[in-house]
Amino acid sequence: MNPTALIAEDEPLLAQALKAELAAAWPELTVLATTGDGRSAVREALRLLPQVLFLDIRMPGLDGLGAAAELADSWPTDEAPMPQLVFVTAYDEYAARAFETQAIDYVLKPVQPGRLRKTVLRLQQALAAQQPARPAAAGEMLERTLAQWREVLAAASGNGASAAPAAAPLRIIAASDAGGSTVRMVPIDEVLYFEAADKYIRVLTASHEYLIRTPLKQLLTQLDPGIFWQVHRAVVVRSSAIEAVHRDEAGKLHLDLRGRPEKIPVSRLYGHLFRAM
Amino acid sequence: MSVGALPRFRAENVRGVLRHGLITVVFCCFIAGALTITQHGDWRAQMVYSLSIGLISWLFIDIGRLVISGHKEILWPSGPWGYLLVAGGVTVGFLGGNAIGDAWTHQPLLDFRSFTERRLATTIVITLTATVCMCFFFYSLGKSKHMRGQIELAQRNATEARLKLLETQLEPHMLFNTLANLRVLIATDPPRAIAMLDRLNNYLRMTLSGSRALAHPLSAEFERLADYLELMSVRMGERLRYTLDLPEDLRDAPVPPLLLQPLVENSIRHGLEPKVEGGDIVVRAYREAGRLVIEVSDTGAGLDAERPNTEGSGFGLAQVRERLATVYGEQGRMSLAAEPAGGTRTTVSFPLPPRA
Repeated sequence: MNPTALIAEDEPLLAQALKAELAAAWPELTVLATTGDGRSAVREALRLLPQVLFLDIRMPGLDGLGAAAELADSWPTDEAPMPQLVFVTAYDEYAARAFETQAIDYVLKPVQPGRLRKTVLRLQQALAAQQPARPAAAGEMLERTLAQWREVLAAASGNGASAAPAAAPLRIIAASDAGGSTVRMVPIDEVLYFEAADKYIRVLTASHEYLIRTPLKQLLTQLDPGIFWQVHRAVVVRSSAIEAVHRDEAGKLHLDLRGRPEKIPVSRLYGHLFRAM
Repeated sequence: MSVGALPRFRAENVRGVLRHGLITVVFCCFIAGALTITQHGDWRAQMVYSLSIGLISWLFIDIGRLVISGHKEILWPSGPWGYLLVAGGVTVGFLGGNAIGDAWTHQPLLDFRSFTERRLATTIVITLTATVCMCFFFYSLGKSKHMRGQIELAQRNATEARLKLLETQLEPHMLFNTLANLRVLIATDPPRAIAMLDRLNNYLRMTLSGSRALAHPLSAEFERLADYLELMSVRMGERLRYTLDLPEDLRDAPVPPLLLQPLVENSIRHGLEPKVEGGDIVVRAYREAGRLVIEVSDTGAGLDAERPNTEGSGFGLAQVRERLATVYGEQGRMSLAAEPAGGTRTTVSFPLPPRA
């Protein structure tokens, strides 16, 4: 069976060019679809289950990193192994620097044939190694792939924050209450979890809900990583408030918190935090 | 330099005071010498009087000014305080200096009656003139130093602003993506590649040099917008549609170069680029009650979707506003509004020069 790929690139000429360069560097590769934004990339990838994904980082709607995070969660791992990722970027200092040190590949635009051949070689090796010798190895391989994705997504979206946490962790959060007219000073010790919603982050304590406008990745640099855990692309919880972890029939994890009625979803990327010791 | 409270007796200020002291000593020696020659007195006595009066005045005024305004950037007290300080310095210097001098020459302390009237008047006039002259000299010296600092600061700020402007206009992401597209076109569609290269050429030339000219015709401004929009439409394909509407009789109206560029860039970057389906940009110029009105409107993501502090956008608008204020003062106006159908409309207006 020929290897398959999907290209997500919002600039039509560049998508066309990448396809042409790939045809030259890797004639056996079948490009199943080309999409122009992150949302349709996720939709098409889940429908077509390609082996390789070329993701432009800057795309309208959902960017390449966001698309990868969503795919990590909803990829049907019993039907097909997680796809090989290649990020494509014209100029993105943070991301490109993050990729330098990661196992996941990236290509710079304009795509140059020599550089692309190296990427193709790596992809071919990775695909060959994907055929598990014994069934038990499949689980290990998935773990390894998830760990790689987790690292690269954290490194590329965190602006290097994981390496250098902000000077002092936040103690008090200045948030607006639901009405929006008053600013409330919320001690960090009362916060049970944060949830990113559209343009805001909801700050939830046992009894109240507040809103802040700081982007989640910026907030993360100001939180003590030992106390607050990111368990989902949009959710950060106080680890000591977690009461139980449940796995549903579909294999997805949910958290129960002390003091909050909601069930908190856990992304597959962060499932490793809750493996029984 | 920051305007916050600074320590009054910081090293820089103390050095200034000591420098003044040194100049004062030289000046006092000079006066003592002159008086010795003209009045044929004892040079040592003249020296003691002169130095005592001078140094006391200097200490009083220089330390006084630091106490009053040493924590500020301008080290001289404003308004009446300055005059009071000099008057105080003259009085204290005159009385104190004479007391020391009298003690040294074993004359009765501050016994002005033994002075001839002429001698008293001379001493007062010399003390007063010398102190005022010194103060004025030091004041001018400090002022010119302060002005030099201000000019340097202003130059640094201007250079920084220019750099930042260049950085936003020559955004690397835009440049590299354009080059990537150009590379594709060279192989697939050479005539279009040449056309795109010409646009890029115009765009770069204008960005790198144009902002120095004071004004150019509105038609030239619209051509530069067309260069930029054409480059962007090669990149964005069908996601970008644009209309430039310039009435014939406004073609020669003078405008500051690249005034509209940041507005169109904002429309693309924060309006159309985040939207999957893209949208329309319309730039329209018209005349209204002797004013030139230019509207940049888009059907993009709109004002709300834009975070207040995303890079570039705030800077771009601030820059347009600033240039309008510099060229037209109160008469240059800019307003930002949400379009009812989604998207943003920015309107810029300023007076047209009277028609020839």
